[in-house]
Amino acid sequence: MLVSQTRAIGVEGLNVEFYTPRGALRAVNDVSFEVYEGESLGIVGESGSGKTTLASAIIRVLPSNARSWGRVTVYGKDLGSMSESQLNREVRWRVISYVPQASQNALDPLYRVGDQFVETVRAHTDMSEKQVLEKASELLKHVGVDPSKLNSYPWELSGGQKQRVMIALALLLSPKIVILDEPTTAMDTIIQAQILEMFRQLKQFERLTTIFISHDISVIANVADRVGVMYAGRLVEIGPVEDVFGRPLHPYTQGLLRSVPDIRRKDGSFGYIPGSPPDLVNPPSGCPFHPRCSYAVEICRKLMPPMELYAKDHYAACHVISSRKDLGLG
Amino acid sequence: MSDDNHVLAANGLQVYFRVKVGGKRANVRAVDGVTLGLERGVSTGVVGESGSGKTTLGKALMKLVKPTAGSVLFKGKDVSKLSRSEFKKYRRSVQMVFQDPFDSIDPLFTVHDAVAEGLRILGVYSDRAELDQAVYRALETVRLVPAEDYAKRRITSLSGGQRQRVGVARAIAMNPEVVILDEPVSMLDASVKGEIINVMGQLKSVGKTFMMITHDISTVRFFTERVAVMYLGKVVEVGPTDEVVNEPLHPYTQALVAAVPVPDPSQKVKSLAQGEIPNAIAPPPGCRFHPRCPLAQEICRREEPLLREVRPGRYAACHFAQ
Repeated sequence: MLVSQTRAIGVEGLNVEFYTPRGALRAVNDVSFEVYEGESLGIVGESGSGKTTLASAIIRVLPSNARSWGRVTVYGKDLGSMSESQLNREVRWRVISYVPQASQNALDPLYRVGDQFVETVRAHTDMSEKQVLEKASELLKHVGVDPSKLNSYPWELSGGQKQRVMIALALLLSPKIVILDEPTTAMDTIIQAQILEMFRQLKQFERLTTIFISHDISVIANVADRVGVMYAGRLVEIGPVEDVFGRPLHPYTQGLLRSVPDIRRKDGSFGYIPGSPPDLVNPPSGCPFHPRCSYAVEICRKLMPPMELYAKDHYAACHVISSRKDLGLG
Repeated sequence: MSDDNHVLAANGLQVYFRVKVGGKRANVRAVDGVTLGLERGVSTGVVGESGSGKTTLGKALMKLVKPTAGSVLFKGKDVSKLSRSEFKKYRRSVQMVFQDPFDSIDPLFTVHDAVAEGLRILGVYSDRAELDQAVYRALETVRLVPAEDYAKRRITSLSGGQRQRVGVARAIAMNPEVVILDEPVSMLDASVKGEIINVMGQLKSVGKTFMMITHDISTVRFFTERVAVMYLGKVVEVGPTDEVVNEPLHPYTQALVAAVPVPDPSQKVKSLAQGEIPNAIAPPPGCRFHPRCPLAQEICRREEPLLREVRPGRYAACHFAQ
């Protein structure tokens, strides 16, 4: 195991609220977790669960109609106390890189790949153009792209190559942490497998700490050491990936796992969770999952359950877990 | 492979799109010689990556695009040669459910408008009460109940899962024999996908013939009895879904199955094919998969392998499949 006990990221009581014409929308609601050095944390959730907002809040790139509070620390440093320019100089790209969803489409079609490397990091480093290109070519080899592509335009690359370029770009200033938002979404299955294999190899080389965000549980199962499950802006379960997928505790996680098509299984039921996620401008009282939960009791309608420890490193936020015999908890 | 048992079939079907590349005319060979029949009451999956031609094949079967060569057969008859009344019957009998429930239904419609649209265009019911009953029956089939209430609602007031159920209902309202599903659940969140799959599963049990076009071989495994795997405009493997998934014969199918992630951290994906799907304007000579194939030999660069029965009921287009 590469994971050490050094805390790379700490998130405590993080909240994000958006101002919308319909009222305030709480996209991230009282989320706390830690990520340790060398570890890969997966964050899984459906659309609207708040996973992308969570990533933007950590690196502080929220849109102007958003307000956030709570504490984010990176190697013990409180990012909330830093100015924008200090974040740019000392944190972004150098310590923590962010690869947003569909960012491969953001490559500027008028500039060659090499120029994009030079331009992107200009504000964050003193490296010369020559040094940047040397490092870029080394990283491209690492992610499986021929370094000659530095002379190509983005439209001369395929979708898979562009995503590899984005990942090389994120690694340019040797950050310790990379946050990836849906890095394989909309990719063909075979290309996705190539990229997932590449991530596994990168982790061994670079001892990177990663936060890997996806709506796809099966993708998370391929890359994460631990996994956090989000629902309606809340973290509802977090733990080692074998444990959370093998013995899920929260009724939402259980429902989600039953809804995943599994190529190994022909029969059994293709499950689903009745209803749909709540409107976050007018969220339900108590536990946000209670209107869709078959275990819900009176208290679930009244009180948000706290995160509690049920097995080694395995936490969940649900009132009924301790009274459920079917979970086999001691 | 085209016989009387096939309610709908492609016969040597080619669909080329004319494009200009650098001022020169060229053809995108989206579908390039496909023969595939849908057996009555059997669900068939068509699986492939983007650029494989699977959606164009579905559109050609619906007569939404014109074949460059070959034909589409409805109950054995070439659809381009049907009489006016026969064609009307075909239009009603073959329905399609589209990928994006937010894009394929007019947002100004009520649910009733959406479900009744096809019935109105074909003038199926002259009586308003009969039309209403047909709409309610379709809504009940997809479990949007009480149907009378849902019928009045605006499309925009529905969730993604509910909208896609309307998409299925408007196909079903026509009482079709064949329903072509083009990525019916790929836009939906995981927790509601199963809802749509289960609704369609019930329709299978009343004898509808389904064709499911998708990149998602896990859903095909669950939903279909037969599967055809497409690569760059060609069918490279056909057979019973279980057998194809458990023991794929074509190296492309093998790579596809090994690349599918499963919700189990102890089993990781394997990448068996290198590179990406080439351009359909100038497909590679010989076997179209040879530049990516781990097993490719000299013959694969020269000679195109034909789809042949490798084992009883199992077809593959590979020189080395056995």
